[in-house]
Amino acid sequence: MAWFRRKKDSDVPTVQPEGERKTVRTEGLFVKCPGCERAAFKRDFEANLNVCPECGHHLRVDARERLRQLFDDGEFVEFDTGISATDPLEFVDTRKYSDRLVDMKRKTGENDAVVVGVGNMGGSPVVIASMSLDFVGGSMGSVVGEKITRAIERAISDRIPVVIVSASGGARMQEGTLSLMQMAKISAALARLDEECIPYISILTDPTTGGVTASFAMLGDLNIAEPGALIGFAGPRVIEQTIRQKLPKGFQRSEFLLEHGMLDDVVERGRLREYVIRAFSLMQPAV
Amino acid sequence: MQENAHPKVNGEDVSEFDAFEPEVESGPPTAMDRVRLARHPDRPYTLDFIERIFDDFFEMHGDRAFADDPAMVCGCARFRGRPVVVIGHQKGRSTRDRQHRNFGMPMPEGYRKALRVMQFAEKFGMPVITFIDTPGAYPGIDAEERGQAEAIAFNLREMAKLRVPVVCTVTGEGGSGGALAIGVGDVVQMLENAVYSVITPEGCAAILWKDSSQAPRAAEALRITAPELLALGIVDRVIPEPGDGAHNDFDEASRLLGDSIDEALAKVGAMRPEERVIARYEKFRRMGRYSE
Repeated sequence: MAWFRRKKDSDVPTVQPEGERKTVRTEGLFVKCPGCERAAFKRDFEANLNVCPECGHHLRVDARERLRQLFDDGEFVEFDTGISATDPLEFVDTRKYSDRLVDMKRKTGENDAVVVGVGNMGGSPVVIASMSLDFVGGSMGSVVGEKITRAIERAISDRIPVVIVSASGGARMQEGTLSLMQMAKISAALARLDEECIPYISILTDPTTGGVTASFAMLGDLNIAEPGALIGFAGPRVIEQTIRQKLPKGFQRSEFLLEHGMLDDVVERGRLREYVIRAFSLMQPAV
Repeated sequence: MQENAHPKVNGEDVSEFDAFEPEVESGPPTAMDRVRLARHPDRPYTLDFIERIFDDFFEMHGDRAFADDPAMVCGCARFRGRPVVVIGHQKGRSTRDRQHRNFGMPMPEGYRKALRVMQFAEKFGMPVITFIDTPGAYPGIDAEERGQAEAIAFNLREMAKLRVPVVCTVTGEGGSGGALAIGVGDVVQMLENAVYSVITPEGCAAILWKDSSQAPRAAEALRITAPELLALGIVDRVIPEPGDGAHNDFDEASRLLGDSIDEALAKVGAMRPEERVIARYEKFRRMGRYSE
């Protein structure tokens, strides 16, 4: 196990040295905010935890960046890096699942859709499982199920609080009913965590739907979400096709869930770390 | 509640079972044949099984918070002399009844009623017997507003804690989270022609092939039939159906199902409650395939 640090500096714009033709590379330098559609320096976004400095829109962040944002000094020890997906059903759609996995690993540099680690938050240890949407849509197959279950079991044996940051389209179709069973597996582990009175905060981010919402993401002692995140059981398209109506504005967004009693709070990214530290400091098991 | 007469799952009409024709004349049924059998309009539903397998059944209604959900049937009964609770999805037979039962797709209050009845069982030391037969939990605005995901999630966690024996049988369609929400058992079994899937074949085909007519391919690829799920360790037992399907002989299908429940209860009923909770945990803990 190693201490991980940020290693990518490739996004920083480079200026050619003196003497050569002075050109500034601008590709990747600007991003257009999906919220207010204004172009802004990517650097400014990053300095602001990938939240638009103008309109407050929260861009999606990957699992590792999330862990760096939450842990003290961005440092953590990662667990179970060697678990990876097989293709138990030998699933083929337009492509083989096994080929898809190879591509995904190359593209993302990750083994699957969740990164799990332990580190400190406000000086106290916390186990965090953080999902990445860019690995097969953040979908939950056997690996996600196993890594999150192990994280919870580890938290039980070491008596450390748990945070799970969800970002997922739900269960992974390519592993069929095995994916569905991960919902039961993780929820059973959370049943033990619950009975041991070890605190668990679920952070729902954009988007969290399907089997992930219908299992661990809704089972926190506190369920909180980032602003504007899409959160639901069924996806909006499925609901529209079922009821044959347009959905109301803001339906299935964080604020809608808060209003309907499904969330404890909607918390901006810049306040998440402080929120978790403060909440855990108050959530002491009864003697 | 929805107004249209055809059940829609992931936007796909799943009512084409009205004319069941096996894909191949001879040989074992294909995955899609099984899907059609599982959705057969004459297939026995939960109340048909209850009538034949249990005595003294009385229904318990409502979640004590919002409503009674007719897509989920719960109650107390005697099973071969012994008090139990029975919980199951319920589909309707006539068009009117199908609408009333919402095509077997529960709302959050259906799952909350089921949990209330499970906790009732826990209090009085009664085994929990569940019958799973749903296209899925209902995907609608009202269901989302009242926390469909939370209701399912909560059941998954609380079922893992039950100290009484829990025996679950997929009798027809095991539709994803809406099925699993009453499916965390000490023994999980399937009728021979039942299917259990993370998504309907139509929904899967629409996403992966952008063409829902590819459903038979998706049904094959997803490995949703009882023998395949037995091989994957997801179910413990496959219960044979009479003739070419349970729809031909409700009495015989019920007898076979009743016998298997009896055997399952004898096995897990003999364990101490704490052993049972651990064994149930270990059973689901083992599920999944990965390399390390």
